Amino acid sequence: MAYETTPSIQDVRSSFSRRNAGRPTKFETAADPRKALKRLFGYLTPFKGPLALVTALVLLQSLLGLAGPYLLGQAIDKSIGGKNVASLVTTALLMVISYFFSNSFNVVANWRMARISQQALKNLRGDLFSHIQSLPMRFFDTNPAGGLMSRLTNDIDAINQTVSQNIISLLASVITMAGIIVSMFVLNHWLALASLIVIPLMWWFSNFVAKYTRKGFRELQKNLGNLNAVAEETISGFKVIKAFRRNDSAVELFRERNAAVFKSAVYANSYAMLLMPLTGVLGSFFVIVLASLGGWLALKGLVSIGMIATFINYAQNFTSPLRQISNLYNSIQAALAGAERVFEVIDMRTETSDEGSAATAVTAPSIASAHPPKTPADRAAATVAGSAPAAPSITAATFSLERFQGNVSLRDVQFGYAPERSIIKNFSVEIQSGQTIALVGPTGAGKTTITNLLTRFYDIQGGQILFDGVDIRDIPKKTVRRAIGLVLQDTFLFADTVLENIRYGSLDATDEECVRAARLAEADHFIRQLPEGYATNLSERAGNLSQGQRQLLSIARAILADPRILILDEATSSVDTRTELRIQKALLRLMEGRTSIVIAHRLSTIRDADKIVVINDGEIVEQGNHGELLERRGFYYHLYMSQFKGNEI
Amino acid sequence: MNDFKKFLRFAKPYWKLSLFSLAMLVAMVGFDLAVPRLVGHLIDQGIRQKNLSVVLSTSAIMLVISMLSATVAVLNSISSIRVGESIARDLREEIFVKIQRFSYGNVDHFSTAKLMVRLMSDTAAVQRLFQMSLRLGTRAPLAMVGSIILMFVTSRTLALTMMPIFIAGGIVIYFFSTKLEPFFRTVQQRLDRLNTVLQENISGARLVKSFVRGEFEAERFGAANENLARENIRVMQLMASMGPILTLLINFGIVLVVWLGGIQSIGGKLTLGQIIAFTNYLMATLQPLTMMTQLSNNWANGLASAKRISEVLDAEPEVPEAAEAAPLPEPVRGAVDFDRVSFHYNSDTSMSVLEDVCAHAEPGKTTAVLGATGSGKSSLVSLIPRFYDASAGAVAIDGHDVRGLKNDSILEHIAIVPQDTVLFSGTVRDNIRYGRPEASDDEVIAAARAAQAHDFIEKMPLKYETHVEERGANLSGGQKQRVAIARALICKPSILILDDATSAIDVETETKIHNAIASAERGTTVVMVAQRISTVLNADKILVLDQGRVAAEGTHRELLKSSEIYKEIYDSQLGAGVRHGL
Repeated sequence: MAYETTPSIQDVRSSFSRRNAGRPTKFETAADPRKALKRLFGYLTPFKGPLALVTALVLLQSLLGLAGPYLLGQAIDKSIGGKNVASLVTTALLMVISYFFSNSFNVVANWRMARISQQALKNLRGDLFSHIQSLPMRFFDTNPAGGLMSRLTNDIDAINQTVSQNIISLLASVITMAGIIVSMFVLNHWLALASLIVIPLMWWFSNFVAKYTRKGFRELQKNLGNLNAVAEETISGFKVIKAFRRNDSAVELFRERNAAVFKSAVYANSYAMLLMPLTGVLGSFFVIVLASLGGWLALKGLVSIGMIATFINYAQNFTSPLRQISNLYNSIQAALAGAERVFEVIDMRTETSDEGSAATAVTAPSIASAHPPKTPADRAAATVAGSAPAAPSITAATFSLERFQGNVSLRDVQFGYAPERSIIKNFSVEIQSGQTIALVGPTGAGKTTITNLLTRFYDIQGGQILFDGVDIRDIPKKTVRRAIGLVLQDTFLFADTVLENIRYGSLDATDEECVRAARLAEADHFIRQLPEGYATNLSERAGNLSQGQRQLLSIARAILADPRILILDEATSSVDTRTELRIQKALLRLMEGRTSIVIAHRLSTIRDADKIVVINDGEIVEQGNHGELLERRGFYYHLYMSQFKGNEI
Repeated sequence: MNDFKKFLRFAKPYWKLSLFSLAMLVAMVGFDLAVPRLVGHLIDQGIRQKNLSVVLSTSAIMLVISMLSATVAVLNSISSIRVGESIARDLREEIFVKIQRFSYGNVDHFSTAKLMVRLMSDTAAVQRLFQMSLRLGTRAPLAMVGSIILMFVTSRTLALTMMPIFIAGGIVIYFFSTKLEPFFRTVQQRLDRLNTVLQENISGARLVKSFVRGEFEAERFGAANENLARENIRVMQLMASMGPILTLLINFGIVLVVWLGGIQSIGGKLTLGQIIAFTNYLMATLQPLTMMTQLSNNWANGLASAKRISEVLDAEPEVPEAAEAAPLPEPVRGAVDFDRVSFHYNSDTSMSVLEDVCAHAEPGKTTAVLGATGSGKSSLVSLIPRFYDASAGAVAIDGHDVRGLKNDSILEHIAIVPQDTVLFSGTVRDNIRYGRPEASDDEVIAAARAAQAHDFIEKMPLKYETHVEERGANLSGGQKQRVAIARALICKPSILILDDATSAIDVETETKIHNAIASAERGTTVVMVAQRISTVLNADKILVLDQGRVAAEGTHRELLKSSEIYKEIYDSQLGAGVRHGL
């Protein structure tokens, strides 16, 4: 399992700027657009009232918009044609009023809609986030963070672009078009019928173009994805390519895929761009039909000149929404495809679903009479009973963090990430409160997997893991994890100040407590040398912290958290040995009085453990303390000797 | 503007097509502007004079014009797309080739993520700029100027009364485009913040879960989410106001035309057809106006991108090859000399990484470099293949200063296993063969065996044909390192550089790898960087670096006696254990 690669803040930051570059290679069309659309609309349902208002406003706006051209026709026929200045003034006044209100309503509707759509999007983002948070660790282990991140940001962005800009204009377009058709028939059905000829023509044409456009863009998207993949790989692997002198073959591959992008881009865009000018031309065709037919009808005295003006005005108003809709087509498709992928994540199974059986009341800290033993001596005294739980009557229902002694037993544990490949076989270890045990073994022996099981990142498939005699599957995950402090090889720091990064261990800790923890972790000295001390923001400076300094911060965090059980998973392996000495000192302080599980391949780190458990291929090969195991001259002996007498193996 | 000029040279090969595209555009605007006049003519001369033949002939002319306009529009689109896409393709290629010629220092300077953005997003923005300029960009001002001229032709007095409306429109556009910009920036900041929290919760999922900070994180995300929504609403409301305001202005113009034109018409100074034509011209100016705002965004983006791209294109490789550079003379013995070498990275001139380092790696021998993180170990070895140049002093291979050698000829004889393992998508076999594309399958297996990778590769479902996922996600750290070692061994280099290449490999396997290198690659100079003392125990010479200086030099036994620092490291890792165990 490759967990070791937790990206640093630098990676985190760089991936924002990559947002646009890391376009997903998937096609930008939803598999089931209707379903995605329906669910997206679901996010609008809480805003039924405001939406009704917006719809009413858009309706009013569109109807008032229709009044303009009608009044224009009236002005031409009655006032100008009839040489009536008084009626001209009133008509002009009416026009001003209708235009003013139409546009005012438009502004108000837009403002309202901006609020609605952004609230809905906020809720969607919130849902997505809380869902991602509750996904099991397996999800994060199997999905590379970078890919997931760029996918989510791109998809949300695509939805945002479409939803925020287009709902109103779409609504207004549809209403305006319907209104225009109705008014045309009311005013003059001959001219209206003639106009209708244009509509199917446009419809047919848009469909024809859309078919090729869709195909073209799908192809383009695929080729862009390919190009992106080459670029990403060759640029991030630049140093290796350079070292192996393979730049020319990289260029050759890039050139090939670049040419493919060019070809499909020209194809797709040429079709897509047909729509814009041609709907424009169809628009003027519309005007021509109206002018010539209207002119002929006017000669026969069937329509007035003002009517023709009105119709031409309508025609112009009619084609612009049509143009807009055809413009929106691609972005709507992209948004729906994005929505589909977002919902895909939201539909994944979460890990909280298993907590029904566990008594949730226990998660709340019960300020019971029995205070936890404060010193190692107290705690040792409390566990004279050895591996047996201190209070024999503890059950899942009465298990509480405060009374937890830190006895851990693994009994016949079986586990595999994939059911057919078992990683941990018949694993049994008893760890008593306050003991330090070390897990030792070659790479891939299953050491890290044990920590994944203790924290319930994964649940075991056979056997039992007990905390003070209680099966951890009966304890809520949150409680299990609160009992454990993890210090990993790759430290993760947040884009926040040093102080807040330490406080992460215990949110209600005071500043003084955080500083005290840093002092215990031997981190205080270097923190004070940072430009702004504890207030130094790590989002800008994390790169300048050495691996060792980062590790000291994470130890301070763990000290502050004050867990009953401490797991150190290769906590010092990426640190040079002289720094390690300092960290070791901090770690020893941290381990004091806690049940500690140490994983290391550097055997020097684990010599002083109470018990060393040697694992190979998921099974325990040997256990005992350092002296015993050396005397046995077994697996451990060989591992140990190989560290400084390598050639003998 | 200067940056844009530079980019005009990319349009140069396509100037004929660009000119053609522009000509088509001018024609299209001309045709479009003719329509309202013809409508006016049709009304005045045809309908009002009750002349059917004028009605029909004018209609026919209009029909022909609209056909021509369509043809011209399509030609304009297609040619502008071709120009834009060609420019984008050329730019991408030029940038990519440039990057491939970069030195390590250049890539450090730009960072991978930034280079990706230059290559993909910035080129797209420049392309849009070109394409839009050839289509909407020129069309909007042309159509506007055309409409205004024709308005003056139709009725000078009426056109003059329209001037305040156009000026007001200009002011509105200016106001919004300057006002919106800072808002956009704030939105971007809020979005970055939201993404930071999201990213932290994905990358740091293990930490968040183990500290049970779900609610805390939900609050952080909630705050960022709320802030983003609030800012988005403000920007959108501002943006949504502009369209209606412009429309209202034009609408008022129409009312003015009807009112003032109407009075003139009643006075017999203006015909009905002219009034109708006039309103049509007004409507025709509305669209270009809104297009202009869209375009100003494109311009700002395109120019910013153009500037960023030229930074990449103007960058000079930090390690230039001398004009009279000679190839490294063969046979290569593999002796490496550092003569009073000092070094600092260009990005940080204040901090010296190496100072006055003198060292010698014997041909065919193993030289190990030991020292704390930040003592300059990796920097030291990266000077050998001339990934960087020394700031002072000289690095020589077989006595030849690397600065006088052809870069490729140096790399031909050196193989390196870097600290961060980078594997490429492809099979395991492809990845190993990457070191030497012409290597046979047997050589691949031999290299894998020496790197102790053969066994685990054989255990994988498809063995050597197993696909390595992006960034080697389906291999463990130790497995990746072993594949990377095999990739270097297959080169059969004269000098092999191992830059802490076995950090994720257990000691036993590591020893086997070193034994395999020692026995199979006889005659290879090995220079290795290490943190574990067990890794360097058997080196012919150990160099202890301390804060960029050579603190001690010698074999393990010599150093144990002579070097305080070495002894300290030794004790911390093994010393006590040796006493304890033996």
